[in-house]
Amino acid sequence: MTPLRLLYVALLMVLVMVAVPVWAEYADVVLNRNAEANGMRPVIYPHWFHRIRFRCKVCHSELGFEMRVGSNNINMGEILDGKYCGMCHNGDVAWSTEFCDRCHSGLPGLATGIRGASKSSGPGDY
Amino acid sequence: MKLISLKWKAVVGVTAMVFVTTPLFFSSAEDAKPVGGVNTFNRLMAPKSERNQPPSNDGIHDPTNEGTSLLLPPKEAFKDMPPAQAGNFVDWVQSLQKGLIKPRYDRSNPNEEAVVFDLDIVREVKGTMPDVVYPHDRHTQWLDCSNCHPDIFIPEKGKNQISMAQILMGQKCGVCHGKVAFPVSDCRKCHSKKKDGKGAATDTKKK
Repeated sequence: MTPLRLLYVALLMVLVMVAVPVWAEYADVVLNRNAEANGMRPVIYPHWFHRIRFRCKVCHSELGFEMRVGSNNINMGEILDGKYCGMCHNGDVAWSTEFCDRCHSGLPGLATGIRGASKSSGPGDY
Repeated sequence: MKLISLKWKAVVGVTAMVFVTTPLFFSSAEDAKPVGGVNTFNRLMAPKSERNQPPSNDGIHDPTNEGTSLLLPPKEAFKDMPPAQAGNFVDWVQSLQKGLIKPRYDRSNPNEEAVVFDLDIVREVKGTMPDVVYPHDRHTQWLDCSNCHPDIFIPEKGKNQISMAQILMGQKCGVCHGKVAFPVSDCRKCHSKKKDGKGAATDTKKK
């Protein structure tokens, strides 16, 4: 290994070490395919919060949420029509859609996807 | 020759200096303690104090958003639940079975009882890992049959080829395990049946 390459590797290691870890709660979902394009903060869906109150099947069978990441393209219109989140967030089962900032609470620029999994921020998937 | 070794010495010296001094630039007096102690690139290695951060500090919520401060911090909700090694760092299955949480089985009816199906599936594993026991009961306490069958698993003996590679890529068990259910770092939760050495484990076993 040449000294230059060694230095490069050392610098890379330092970068990995100081990379600020993002400790999103396990299974938090970011929804940002429509939100920011329409001037709202990305939505963060906390699985853990809902899991204390409902079994998985309530949303993933009754409410029609597909279980694959990226397979639910939800927009506000559908929610207001009482679909998806709107099946409960209607002021009846859970609080209604007037409290925009409780869901639209993500940092600007977040990419859609599931967060907080046991993936490392270093090289490689796990 | 001498020149090269000098260069090497310089490189090692500079590297060491960078390693030693870098944490000083990125830490305040308060969190000076863990510096140099723990690897933080992997979430599983996060020290306990950094687990289950409140929304205002979890790196994905916007702390300047008014609603963020109204959200429940996970630690508050988890305080009475039994701990686990990974995931949300709480044992969801035990919490449910002990009645520490009472999640509804039906959207609007809080008294609806879960339809639990009690059938263990033993899957013999190639290699040295213990065989996998798949418990239907712990899954049907949370899920409906249609969540897994037939999209993810064909409900027929011998019809499902499953590999760890697929699971790590988010297929089969990996649709949930590694994303929302406990991750694959908890090997022995699934690989839990000791091989008897005869290779005669039955494929399906009723409890």
